[in-house]
Formats: sequence, C-alpha cells, structure tokens
Amino acid sequence: MIELFRVKKDIPFMRWARSTIFVSVALIVGAVILLATQGLNLGVDFTGGTVMEIGYDKPADIPGIRATLAQHGHADAQVQNFGTAREVLVRLPVKAGVSSAQLSEKVMAVLKQADADSQLRRVEFVGPQVGKELLADGSLALVVVSIGIVIYLALRFEWRMALGAIFSSAHDVFVVLGLWSLFQWEFSLNVLAAVLAILGYSVNDTVVVFDRIRENFRKTRISDVAALMDNAKTATLSRTIITSGTTLIMALSMLAWGGEVLHGFALCLTIGIIVGTYSSVLVASPIALWLGVSREDFIKPVKPESGAMV
Amino acid sequence: MNRYPLWKYLVVGVALLIAVLYTLPNFFGEVPAVQVTPVRTTEKVDGSLMRRVESVLEENGIRPLGVAMDARGVKVRFADPETQLKAKDVLQTRLGQGYTVALNLLSASPRWLASIGALPMYLGLDLRGGVHFLLQVDMPKALEKTTERYQGDIRTLLREKKLRYTGLSREGSEVRVMFRDADRRDEARSVIEAAYPELVLADGRDGEEYSLRATLSKQAQAKTQEFALQQNLTTLRNRVNELGVAEPVIQQQGIDRVAVQLPGVQDTAKAKEILGRTATLEIRMVDEERMQDPAQVQAASSGQVPFGDELYHERNGIPMLVKREVVLTGEYITDAQPGFDGQSSQPAVHVNLDGRGARIFKNVTRENVGKRMAILLIEKGRTEIVTAPVIREEIGGGRVQITGMDSPQEASDVALLLRAGALAAPMEIVEERTVGPSLGKDNIERGFNSTLIGFALIAVFMGIYYQFFGLISVLALTANLFLLVALLSMLQATLTLPGIAGIALTLGMAIDANVIIAERIREELRNGMSPQAALAAGYERAWDTILDANITTLIAGIALFWLGSGPVRGFAVTLCLGILTSMFSAVTVSRAMVNLSFGRVKRLTKVSI
Repeated sequence: MIELFRVKKDIPFMRWARSTIFVSVALIVGAVILLATQGLNLGVDFTGGTVMEIGYDKPADIPGIRATLAQHGHADAQVQNFGTAREVLVRLPVKAGVSSAQLSEKVMAVLKQADADSQLRRVEFVGPQVGKELLADGSLALVVVSIGIVIYLALRFEWRMALGAIFSSAHDVFVVLGLWSLFQWEFSLNVLAAVLAILGYSVNDTVVVFDRIRENFRKTRISDVAALMDNAKTATLSRTIITSGTTLIMALSMLAWGGEVLHGFALCLTIGIIVGTYSSVLVASPIALWLGVSREDFIKPVKPESGAMV
Repeated sequence: MNRYPLWKYLVVGVALLIAVLYTLPNFFGEVPAVQVTPVRTTEKVDGSLMRRVESVLEENGIRPLGVAMDARGVKVRFADPETQLKAKDVLQTRLGQGYTVALNLLSASPRWLASIGALPMYLGLDLRGGVHFLLQVDMPKALEKTTERYQGDIRTLLREKKLRYTGLSREGSEVRVMFRDADRRDEARSVIEAAYPELVLADGRDGEEYSLRATLSKQAQAKTQEFALQQNLTTLRNRVNELGVAEPVIQQQGIDRVAVQLPGVQDTAKAKEILGRTATLEIRMVDEERMQDPAQVQAASSGQVPFGDELYHERNGIPMLVKREVVLTGEYITDAQPGFDGQSSQPAVHVNLDGRGARIFKNVTRENVGKRMAILLIEKGRTEIVTAPVIREEIGGGRVQITGMDSPQEASDVALLLRAGALAAPMEIVEERTVGPSLGKDNIERGFNSTLIGFALIAVFMGIYYQFFGLISVLALTANLFLLVALLSMLQATLTLPGIAGIALTLGMAIDANVIIAERIREELRNGMSPQAALAAGYERAWDTILDANITTLIAGIALFWLGSGPVRGFAVTLCLGILTSMFSAVTVSRAMVNLSFGRVKRLTKVSI
C-alpha cells in the first residue's frame, strides 16, 4: 500500500487558525482594494466590442498589421499574437455610430488586401448593452450560487458551518479575482464560468471535511472541539490532497493542451483548486468554531443516528 | 455482505450497454450530404420527392451513398465533398424555387444505430464552425410604424365624417390633430374613440388651437411589439430558408431579441447581409397629376416636394412623385412567385394577397385605373421604386401580377424578397460569434486531446496508488465517460468547447468519490476491520459525503445553466450531467465490480488497495 500521507498523530491545524485566518482576511482585503482601485480587465464579453482571430501562413507581422489598420481609420485597434506566431488577435472597441456588424468585415477586407493569405478564424462581437447584461447575469449567478449553497449546508449541517464554508469559498473567489486584477489578465465569460466552478468545487472540498467533523461530533468522545476538528481534517487529508491532485491534473492538462480559447478558464481553475484546497482545510472550520459550533448542534435531532447513514 | 442481488447487476449491465451503444455514433465521424427541404413548411415530404431526387441524380450520373427521408426533408449522402457540391448544384437547378437545397454533414454511423435513435452529439458552433447572431428588434420603430398607420386611418376617418381639422402630425409614437374650436375637437374625439378603442386620447391647447393627442394604449403597445417580434421571426425563418442552411436555429430570446445560429456557414458576409436586410415593402400611388407637370418634378428634385407627396427614384434614376399615403405593405402578401405575363410573355411576379389586402387592393385599383402604382423597397433608410406598373383594370381576388421587370432573374429576385417578407421593425446585430471551420476542427482536437491526456494521467496515478481498487476506479471513470457522452448524445445537447472543459472537469472531480471510498476502506482496515467488512463500510460511510459534496457542485451548475449564456451554458450542461453520471458510476458501478471481484471470496485476507 502506497501512502503519501502516513500520519500517526493528528496535525494541529487549529493551532494555526489565527494566522491562517489572518492571512485569508488580509488576502481578501488586498483583493478588494485591488478590485476597487484597478478593477478587472473586462473582456469583450462584458465591455462590448469586437475581437477577431486571424490566421496567417507565416509568422504575422504585428507592427505591419497595426500600421495597415491605423491607415484605414482603426488606430484604436489592439493587435497581438494569440497562441502561436501565426495567429493574431485584433480587438476593436465599440464605436458610436458605426454598424458594428459590418466592422469586422471592413477590417478583414483591409487585412486581406495587405496579405491575401490571411484567414478569418473567429469573430466575436458583443454590443455594449448585451455586455452589461452578461456582467449583471454573471454577478447574479455568483450571488445565487452562494445563497443556494448556504441554504443547503444550513439544512444538511448547521448554519455556523454553512457560513464557514461560504466564507472560505468567498475567500477563494476573491483571491482569484484579486490575481486577475493584479495581473490585469483578461476577464472573459469563460473565466467567469471557471470562477463559478471554483465556488462549487471549493464548497465540495469543504463539505467533505465538514462531513467528517459532523461524524466525529456524533461518534467520538473527543471533548475539545478544536482537537475534534483536527482529527477530522487529518483523517480526510489524504483524500483532500489526492482529489485536488486529480482535478489539478485535468486543469493543468487543459492549460497545456487545451489551446488559447481555454487558457483563461484553465488558469482560473488551476489557481482556484490550489487556493480552494488551502481554504477548505485551514479557513472554513476555524470560522465555524469561532461562531461557536458545538456538539449539541449535531446530537439534538431526535431521529436515530443510523438514520443519517444510508 | 458484498453481494448485489441479480437485478442490480442487470441494471448496471443494461446501463453500461446502453451507454456504449449511444456513445458509438460519435466514433464514426461524418459524411458529406445534401439536404432537400420544401420551402413551404405546409408541403408534405413524401416518397415522390425522394424518387424525384433519386432520378435527378441518376440522370446526371451522380451516385449517392444513400438516400433517406424524414419528416422535414430528403437527405442524400455522398462519398466525397466534390460529389456533394456537384449534386447540390444539379438538384438546385432541377428542383427549382420550391425547395431548399443545403449542404450538410450526416453521421456515418451504421443504419441500425440510427434506427434506435443513437445519434452523435450535436456539435456547437465553436466546434463545427458557423455563425451565431443575436438580433435586437427596434421596438420604438415598430411602435412608430404602427402609429403611422393610425395617422393615416385617422385622416381617412375624419375626412369621411367631414370633420375639419387644421393639422395632423406625428411625433414619435404620438399622433397630434389640431382643431380650430373645442366643439369640433370633442366631436372628433368621440368619433376616433368609437372607431379605435385601442387609442388613448388626450386633450390639449396649443396657443389658439385645440389639440387632440392619440397614443397607443399599454395593451396595444404590448400587442404591437409581440406582433413585430413574431413577424420578424417568420421573416428571418424565410430568409434563412432561402440561404440554404442545414439545421438553422432561429428562436426568440427575451421580449425583443432573436437568436440565430447558422452552423457551417462560411460566407458570413452574405449571411449578415441577408439577415440584416431591414427591407420593407410598400405599395403607394404615383401622383399622376403632378407628374404631368415637368416643372413640379423639377422643383421637387431641387428640394421643394409638394405637400402630401414624396420624391423617390426609379432604378434607372428617373425621379417620381409618390403619394405619402401607403396603400399596402408587405404584411398583406401571402405568396409571390416569378413567372411570365400570359399575353406579352414578359417576366412577371405573381403575388397573392390575404383577405384584407385583397379588399384594399380591389378598392384602390377600381378607383385608379390607368394610373401608376409604385412598389417601393425601403432599405437602410433608402427608398427605391422597384417598379411602377400601370393599373389596367380593377383587380379583385387578391391575385396581383406585377410586370415591368427587366429580366426573369429580376422577377425571381423581387419574388424572393416579397415572399421572404418584410421585417415589421428593423433589427440590429447586438452579438455575433463566428467560428471558422478550421478553428472548429482545432478546438475539437485540443479539447479532446487535453481531456484524454488528463484522463490517462489520472488513470496511471490511480493504478499505482490504489492498485486493484485504482483499476476499478479507472474502469468506473471510463464507464462515467461513456454514460456522460451517451446522455449528451441522447439529449442531443449541444457540445461546445467549454462543454468539453466541463467533461474534463467532471472527470477530475468524479474520481473524488472513488478516492473518498478508497481512503475510507483503508481507514477501516487500519482500524482492524476485516477486508469484507471494510469494503462494505467504506462504501456505505462514503455515500453521505459524496452526496453532500456533489449536491453543492450541482447547485453551482444549475445556477450557471440558469443565468449563463452561450458558451457558459454548454459548460453548465456537461457539469450537471457529469455530476449525476459520476454518482452512479463511482458508487454503483464500481461497487458492482468490487462485489463481483471479492463478494464470493470465502476467506478474503487482503485487499489490494
């Protein structure tokens, strides 16, 4: 039997609670400050505008393309490589009065004239109104998911633990968003989907630990709640790390071989999984403990213990 | 202890068999095909159309791989794209206007699979290439147009009742009528109220004059908008049919938007042109009296258009004074076909009008024999007179023949435009996502490869770390993949690149259940339980955890599906379905394998885990 984590004694996670929570709160505050000052580099999905992906036969001449576009009145176009040297991404902001639907065609015609080998691979155009709606819907989704999870956990566990779980997940989301703000990576619809997936994943991770804590409350005689939590976390540590590892393998595989379109999505997942693993072990349960979760909260139900087991 | 009753094994076996069967079509790939569908949906597709298609192909020496028919049309498969293109051209010319001939790709899976409804997954536009448009209907414009109609109606009504007014104008979606005194206004008010109860009327004073302002009631506005959207949907459907796209999707989104998806369309410029064509059609009378006087036409050309008229140009540039009043709009047209005039054998368009249109047309033609009637095409704010034929006699019955076209080609163009209908209100593209076919292929490859590599890495790790139990977990994970793909194929859910990412992510997370079980079994073994008891306890105790953990992720998935759009939805669908299949495969399927392997061993001393 191979065991990565052969642990004889319970790891005193809770002893570090003060520092881990401090770190987490500091990270959240930092992220909020970044988001408030720098904001996110919102992609076309949310701001509106046009993105065109153009393929060339040979490595593309980026300054040349910029000059060509500027000559034809598109000086505001951003041109950059995308994935390989032969692929180019052109971003155009929304222009008042110009029929945006025709914009991509005009640009393509200009580029075709300059180099007949250029080939339009992808166009994404989002009107400013639609962009605003997508952002509003996305934010609403974040809130709805959080509320839904809190309600479910409050019903299945206990409200203090539900709050602990949602705090640790919110922490993950803030850290990810903070990084996106810090590095000004493009925040697209796909990244938003990944953020929501992280929310789900992080809670999932936390729930496995909580499940064990609940079981310990019901079955063991450990009187000190912190020690009981340490015992639960040590018991599930292997699983936490292995599962995070397998999910991480998938995320990294997407990052490496999934291509440019999935890049932001995979990067977001990768960071989220790492942060999520940390927070579900070291952030969620201290919060529940500080909120005063105790054995009485779990043994009060009248129904027999075995009823909870399937 | 670790034995399943027979029925459970059967359930697992049948589920896996179905999963494999319905996953199979995805392995066969696709063959080029041509799809023939009648333009009018009312027309029945029957054996005669199939025989006609077959005979046309045979006459031209084209040998199809197979011809099949379904409720919507006839589909013909070909060995290669060249034959497909050739067949499309031949069928297009031989079958004529009444049919849409579109290029398509059909599953190459054997017929017996198709006969049990096993079809490959439906690939999204980002994987197969194509165009997605979101069009916004300009509702204020629709209201304005309706108000314009009421303006005309009120004018006619007041004239009929001989009520003198001093001015009649429209501002936005409000009609304003001016009167010299209050009595006359009140009289007009009661007349208008009786005739058009859907109008809201308000009195006012404007200096010396008394005014009456009419606007549409809230209900009438809602009705107008609903009607405008439906009209635009129908028009778009007709236009897309003319484009010849296989499997287009045209659906309402929200109260004022239409989503259009055209898979496989390469010429996006043409698609945009045809969809975005905000052409409306109007029939108005030519002001013959003023046209008699060249000076008036001259004056109009230099900007002094006489009251009640508007100046437009014919295609050859000749100016023409046309009355402001609209006789008919494209809404009244039920059908239009190109043809020839019976007597002069000139190219002509035969138009059928609906009941109301026929009545109006009859009245107008009776009163205007010998005069010209202008057919105007309004496109992107530019109005052009397509043709202005002379009315020879009263035309009843709603059958109208328009001559004056230069060529049969023009007749067929005009017929197409009339048939495809006009938009009730202009539309604007507010979102576009176009993916070229080469990128689509790249996307499939990348998505598929990254998933496969991730899967392989996980399999290797599980095999090494958990040994025999790891092997069972990997088999369960494979079963999960098959179940998920089978489910997606059965539901014909749209697979997108984020959808593939969702599959990859659920695979990474699905193994979680097996890890939880394995760790639990190890723990029970460490606590001194017998192997058989540890296996049973591991599965049983892990179930609660697995359920809780998955439901929270499911909540996130459902919210994503509910609030997400486009690519995010694809991700949400696979995430949600993946969670469901993973609970079945990781718990029930892997348990079945464990039970089969260990359940009957009498003295199990060691478990490879």
